[in-house]
Amino acid sequence: MQITSPYFKEKSSEALKDANLQKAMGNVERGFIDKRANAAANLPEFEALRDRAKEIKDHVLDHLDLYLENYEEKVQETGGRVHWAAGAQDARNIILDICKRANAKTVTKGKSMIAEEIAINEHLERNGIEPIETDLGEYIIQLRGEAPSHIIAPAVHVNKEEVEADFRRSHRHLPPGRNLEDPTSLLSEARSVLRDKFLAADVGITGANFLVAETGTSIIVTNEGNGDLTQILPRVHIVLASIEKIVPTLEDVSQILRVLARSATGQDMSVYTTFSTGPRRAEDPDGPEEYHVVLLDNGRSDMLGTEFQDMLRCIRCGACMNHCPVYNAVGGHSYGWVYPGPMGAVLTPTLIGVEKGGHLPNASTFCGRCESVCPMRIPLPKMMRHWREKEFERHLTPDGMRRGLLLWAWMAKHPKLYHAGSRLVINMLGMIGSRKGSFKRLPLAGGWTEHRDLPVPEGQTFQQQWAARRRNSKVGQAA
Amino acid sequence: MNRRSASSNRATPNGRASILAKIRKNVRNPEDPVRVARVADRLSRSPVGLIPARARKPHDKQVDLFCEQAVKVQASITRIKSIEDLPTALAEYLRDRNLPKKVRMGNAPFLKQAGWDKLPDFEISNGPSVGDDPVGLSHAFAGAAESGTLILESGSDNPTTLNFLPETHCVVIRASDISGDYETAWTAVREKYGKGNMPRTVNMITGPSRSGDIEQTLLLGAHGPRALQIFVVED
Ligand code: SF4
Repeated sequence: MQITSPYFKEKSSEALKDANLQKAMGNVERGFIDKRANAAANLPEFEALRDRAKEIKDHVLDHLDLYLENYEEKVQETGGRVHWAAGAQDARNIILDICKRANAKTVTKGKSMIAEEIAINEHLERNGIEPIETDLGEYIIQLRGEAPSHIIAPAVHVNKEEVEADFRRSHRHLPPGRNLEDPTSLLSEARSVLRDKFLAADVGITGANFLVAETGTSIIVTNEGNGDLTQILPRVHIVLASIEKIVPTLEDVSQILRVLARSATGQDMSVYTTFSTGPRRAEDPDGPEEYHVVLLDNGRSDMLGTEFQDMLRCIRCGACMNHCPVYNAVGGHSYGWVYPGPMGAVLTPTLIGVEKGGHLPNASTFCGRCESVCPMRIPLPKMMRHWREKEFERHLTPDGMRRGLLLWAWMAKHPKLYHAGSRLVINMLGMIGSRKGSFKRLPLAGGWTEHRDLPVPEGQTFQQQWAARRRNSKVGQAA
Repeated sequence: MNRRSASSNRATPNGRASILAKIRKNVRNPEDPVRVARVADRLSRSPVGLIPARARKPHDKQVDLFCEQAVKVQASITRIKSIEDLPTALAEYLRDRNLPKKVRMGNAPFLKQAGWDKLPDFEISNGPSVGDDPVGLSHAFAGAAESGTLILESGSDNPTTLNFLPETHCVVIRASDISGDYETAWTAVREKYGKGNMPRTVNMITGPSRSGDIEQTLLLGAHGPRALQIFVVED
């Protein structure tokens, strides 16, 4: 996947002008926010369960090496194989190798963000193997040649009419006059087209929401059932998971499951939560004959012990982006890589480097809604601030902004000048703009005024108002 | 912090050793002498966490809650007195929905007790699904009332493919196997398979399959069954 994160600014201005995208993004609020709020309100223990979930993951991260070793031992005991991949290229090589040994022509895939992270589809295609996405959202964007724009709703940026056009273009074997107006007919068509692919695939690749150290089990959580068909029908099942997906026991995973679906889609539980342990056994009439787990690090072990360790608690529920005003305005593609929204703004610079991803932490209003809904209580705004500081230290901030910030810092250390300066600007703006009430355009602030108007300042600076209030309240106390 | 490019083309020869070494270098308190004991303890004790109050009601209330919650997620429920009532109840369900008289199931002894000769005009077969079965029938070993979730284990008794390929999935569960929470099911699994062991597949199923991927509108019947019918046997 081509990284366009350095062009966040340009991509988001385009996104704001894209009428189709703006219409589609309207569905995020309707689809997620109220549902999450209701689900949380209906479980009195929800907040306490968030604390438990956080504690479990903190404990895992402090003992990650030991739990990984335990997990590996259990997988091997049940006849499965664990492959350790330090980086993306390692994971791609391992997966291609397994596919080649299985003589795979087609590979079905369950939704996996890590598969996007290592760009496995492109790699398989280059080597003559056809990857087929089976999650409806992933299937739609695969037909469109796009990347996902949301971690749990990959095609959230696409409207129904666009899906219809994509299906007509891609499913040429079906009668052109068929009626696809109703979303149900689109779903049925995808179901029947993909059914044959499921049955024909040689290898199935899924991600994992959790890996259980106690039992050597991989868990996927889905609503469609595509992940299950992907992992039980082909002869070979490959689980692609990052190292921080470990949980100690079945009890621990039960705690986290109680906050996952509620935070993601507002369901008490997703439809299918499936526990897979090793390949099929002598008494099993179905299931894969080979079971492989590819454990991917790709920069995560570097986050341990740093100010970004907390990010490794993330269970990829998507709540932070659903509630983010910036994400809702500009959509997931503006973020330019696999992970969008607040979690992406923190994770992307750690995974692809601050040179490429360092702009993303600026895409925040610091309103704090992401942290307030994150089931794992990840301090996302604080971590975005860490990145901003690092970006500034490394002189990666654009020159204009650096000069502005340095000037501001110097002014802030000279209060008299600061007050005089801001009074001057406020008065000037007030004088120029007082007739219209707001500015449509301001020199040096085009990024702001292009999409919203800047209200005309109403006379006094904050410091002046604060001083006046203090005077008044003192008067009040005296009386 | 090291920075790593996702598109880096370097392969790392010994992934396992290098990943574990890096984790050991970076974890907080790597020298903590009780780290190993703490992990061993948690894995052997599997401490139970917080169980929601609604999952701690008395058993008869749990069965009601299970049915309520399952209906809320668009499953349908029929409560029957005994397993021998299953064939008639199933025939009725299929007739009401104009579904074919054709059922595929595993070898679960509990399902065999139903006495299928009561349905002479039905085509009843055993084994995994190959994709063209209209109706699959399974036996759930546990149910969790808190979310109306069925819990099924794989094996020749209950081929996993029957849970996903048929358009209609019918599941039989004993009322006495329904409890409030998920944790009770794990206790049952450990009793049967031993601590630390699992059947090849455990499926937790909460309603029929669905997708919200087209304009975030909920549509039932994605890749899995379009309908989930649960028979609760009051034993
Ligand atoms: S950061 Fe929190 S809210 Fe965002 S996806 Fe991860 S767990 Fe969910």
